[in-house]
Amino acid sequence: MSETVASVSALIVKTLLANPKVPRDINGSSKIVEDLAFDSLAVMNFVMEIEDTLDVSVPLDRLADIRTIDDLAACIVSLKQAS
Amino acid sequence: MSIFSKYEGLASALAAVTAGGGRNPFNVVIEKPISSTVGLIEGRETLLFGTNNYLGLSQSPAAIDAAVKAARAYGVGTTGSRIANGTQGLHRQLEERLCAFFRRQHCMVFSTGYQANLGTISALAGKDDYLLLDADSHASIYDGSRLGHAQVIRFRHNDADDLHKRLRRLDGTPGAKLVVVEGIYSMMGDVVPMAEFAAVKRETGAWLLADEAHSVGVMGEHGRGVAEADGVEADVDFVVGTFSKSLGTVGGYCVSNHAGLDLIRLCSRPYMFTASLPPEVIAATMAALDELENRPELRVRLMDNARRLHAGLQAAGLRTGPQASPVVSVILDEVPTAVAFWNRLLDLGVYVNLSLPPATPDQHPLLRTSVMATHTPEQIDRAVEIFATVAGEMGINRAA
Repeated sequence: MSETVASVSALIVKTLLANPKVPRDINGSSKIVEDLAFDSLAVMNFVMEIEDTLDVSVPLDRLADIRTIDDLAACIVSLKQAS
Repeated sequence: MSIFSKYEGLASALAAVTAGGGRNPFNVVIEKPISSTVGLIEGRETLLFGTNNYLGLSQSPAAIDAAVKAARAYGVGTTGSRIANGTQGLHRQLEERLCAFFRRQHCMVFSTGYQANLGTISALAGKDDYLLLDADSHASIYDGSRLGHAQVIRFRHNDADDLHKRLRRLDGTPGAKLVVVEGIYSMMGDVVPMAEFAAVKRETGAWLLADEAHSVGVMGEHGRGVAEADGVEADVDFVVGTFSKSLGTVGGYCVSNHAGLDLIRLCSRPYMFTASLPPEVIAATMAALDELENRPELRVRLMDNARRLHAGLQAAGLRTGPQASPVVSVILDEVPTAVAFWNRLLDLGVYVNLSLPPATPDQHPLLRTSVMATHTPEQIDRAVEIFATVAGEMGINRAA
């Protein structure tokens, strides 16, 4: 099965919404730090959850370039394709 | 725009912590140590339960005497880095002494424990390699990963199966895989299941580095740490540690049986570009190491004390970490409660560490205590009593 940026983005939004503290109106263009008020540790822990769901590891240096949920989805898709 | 404007959030967070006249918890001054367990803070004798001075050796008469003699014989500093003009006979002696203690063939001594992790991890894991870090790793491990150029992957805390899964995802990728774990984790005091990680390392062909900063002098029959206690020293490729916990001085080291460690001396920037340890610190460290080896009763007393504090705090209705170890943390829910609790403890004569998220696991604030072999049972009971009093005042003793 091959994931697309849109499908991974939707999965990330769904995972985030399971946390009651996350604003209800997020979408693919929401900024992870600014709009979700996540600190650095919260971002890393959240990414770990997504990694398990999609069976992929996102190296920490890749996180530095990620601002939005769609950015994270695109990164994961490229990592999946590379593997 | 001020160069400091990016820290406005930090300034507000600090203002919130000190609001209402509370102390700045990051600026407590121990005016003078009276002994290893009592210090003068705000002019009052205060029980020290937050120094990491596990065996009390910062006040060891033998170590003090050795430091004085070394300063008289060699002076007070080296004014040079290890690879330039900063390696003296004492540095070599200390490295040989550590090799003998750990039963390893090679040793590098660094100027601090922080630099030992920074210098070892950044140099060992190169551009085409992978670093696999426990999610709750100390800042020095994360910083070491940033100073190097390896790809960095986190695994779930103390979860060898999760590491195995992440290593499996890397099957077939070129480059060395270096796994980094700690012996005892500094925030909650929980111990690594080293034998489980050693098994994963054997099965996958990864390299294993153990930071035993909080466990050397504390665990293992001879005090060599969790790897010794679990009988898996042969599987640990590199042991990193510090002199600033159970040995009571300052500095750090890496020991290994891999001859390649000596090459790291020529490419580890935190080793190459800083002044080496001064003679009096080296002499005091070697004297403290003698005590650590010759007084195993200190480790027994330390663990007895750890169990006494852990059980006492739990009996007082406070939530602690899962294991009795020399680090015992009381877990609270809200930062303002933790700040008020910490201030009140100090008012009543007990000094502990206030640890705040995101430096703590799971976003909980902690009142982090560390126990010493030199604490008396009466001092521990007194500290527990004060904890219970404050918890009662604040209405947070859950089960008492």
